[in-house]
Amino acid sequence: MFDSRFTGFGIRELGIGKPMSKKTALSVKDLSVVFDDENNSIHALENISFNIRAREFVCFLGPSGSGKTTLLRLIANLIKPTTGEVNFMFGHPPKIGMVFQQPNLMPWRSVLDNIKLPLELENDVHAHEKALDMIRLVGLTGFEDSLPRDLSGGMAQRVGLARGLIHDPDLLLLDEPFASLDALTRERMWTELSNIWQAKQKTVIMVTHSINESLFLADRVFVLTQRPGKIKLDMPVDLPRPRKDDIRYTSQFGKLAKKLRSAIE
Amino acid sequence: MPRPYEKIMKTSLSRLLGILSILLFIPLWELIVRASNLPKFILPSPMDVWTRFLKSLNDGSLLYHTSITFFEVLLGLLAGTLFATIVGYMLAKSKTLEKILSPYLVASQAIPVVAIAPLLVIWLGDGILSKVVICALIVFFPVLINTIVGVRAVSSPLYDLMNSLGANRLQILLKLEIPASLPVLLGGLRIGATLSVIGAIVGELVSADRGLGFLLQLGDFQYDTSMVFVAVFMLIALALLLYGMVTLLERRFLRWMK
Repeated sequence: MFDSRFTGFGIRELGIGKPMSKKTALSVKDLSVVFDDENNSIHALENISFNIRAREFVCFLGPSGSGKTTLLRLIANLIKPTTGEVNFMFGHPPKIGMVFQQPNLMPWRSVLDNIKLPLELENDVHAHEKALDMIRLVGLTGFEDSLPRDLSGGMAQRVGLARGLIHDPDLLLLDEPFASLDALTRERMWTELSNIWQAKQKTVIMVTHSINESLFLADRVFVLTQRPGKIKLDMPVDLPRPRKDDIRYTSQFGKLAKKLRSAIE
Repeated sequence: MPRPYEKIMKTSLSRLLGILSILLFIPLWELIVRASNLPKFILPSPMDVWTRFLKSLNDGSLLYHTSITFFEVLLGLLAGTLFATIVGYMLAKSKTLEKILSPYLVASQAIPVVAIAPLLVIWLGDGILSKVVICALIVFFPVLINTIVGVRAVSSPLYDLMNSLGANRLQILLKLEIPASLPVLLGGLRIGATLSVIGAIVGELVSADRGLGFLLQLGDFQYDTSMVFVAVFMLIALALLLYGMVTLLERRFLRWMK
């Protein structure tokens, strides 16, 4: 599907040329989070407000300790905000796909069974066929029955990605999914994720501390400050798609990178 | 990593050593009997025990008593494990409950089962029930502790995964908590299985009219020491059988760990 010979044709077929939806998918208002310890309280996030449109790829960029992961956990409804609210415009409750910093696979399940898990929870009778399709999409054909311990870091993270997408989620949350990979694998995964995103047209929120990663993948980048995390910059990324590896050497990319760099303290 | 044939050689060599040590045990025993010249009711020879074994096998008494004890051990093991995993799971999930119950649990472990076995026989009668309860009690603690440790060790990112997917309590239990804590849980069952045999014998020695413990005591009273030996060997076989069953469970369910 992503063979270069077909890219031009495929893009129109998949509706990728279409402008992004104007519909808001997710709205976050006045979000603050305070973690209470025994003797002190930590302000993780302060007054975060933003809207995300359907099928938009958004990156949150920030130094460690800026509350990026906390923000993602709030949106995934894993923790409750101290004040403020997260509103979904679709699905009640919304279907969420999440990819973690570590692959976070179940060591007792094979590749196929790990990918199948979200469908099993929904009692989907076509789980097996869908999982096989997904394995093909992320390039793991032949590894269906392998156990996680036999996979390389990149392969394991691909399983994580496939598991995050298989149940056709309304929202895909990516928590520095490539941080633990080596540089070469990481860059190859950017291209793969970009291709998958174009094919699946998902609303994606990703947190990262890599400027290159955010510019390569996102439609919009938010920069968060040090704790307590606040939104410092909201920057659209108007680079053409599909983005290829060499986009990083264009002047436009350089300009945006510089802008992000100066926003991060 | 050793090449396949080296691996096979190594395992078969260690297995051979095991068999060899058992085979050496019998002539050594025979030798001690002959050298010491002790009467048969103090130390019977391997042949005496073998003859006694065949005799009790032929009149059906051995199988009868063994199956009674096996039944008590199995039932006690099942009941104790079931109860311990349920209580253990609740304790692992609730710190409050743990605070309330832990003094009782620790105190219960300070009392040797031998001490309360007579009480249980008085309360529950000298039939099978009192033995099953004694087995269950002795199995309870190791399985309980391992359940708590196993459930507490379930990785929290995996809980995040299940929650982000909107999994309900039952799904989290079946698809995450049970498979994740199974290695530790089966470790507890392995200890419990051998302890359970001890439980049944303790109960039968207090008061019983059947079972291997009864046979043991009968042999003792009648100076039929060969019979005592036969009963002891049957107990060892029983414990090995149960141990093997747990090992089979581990092979079946923990293939991913190898």
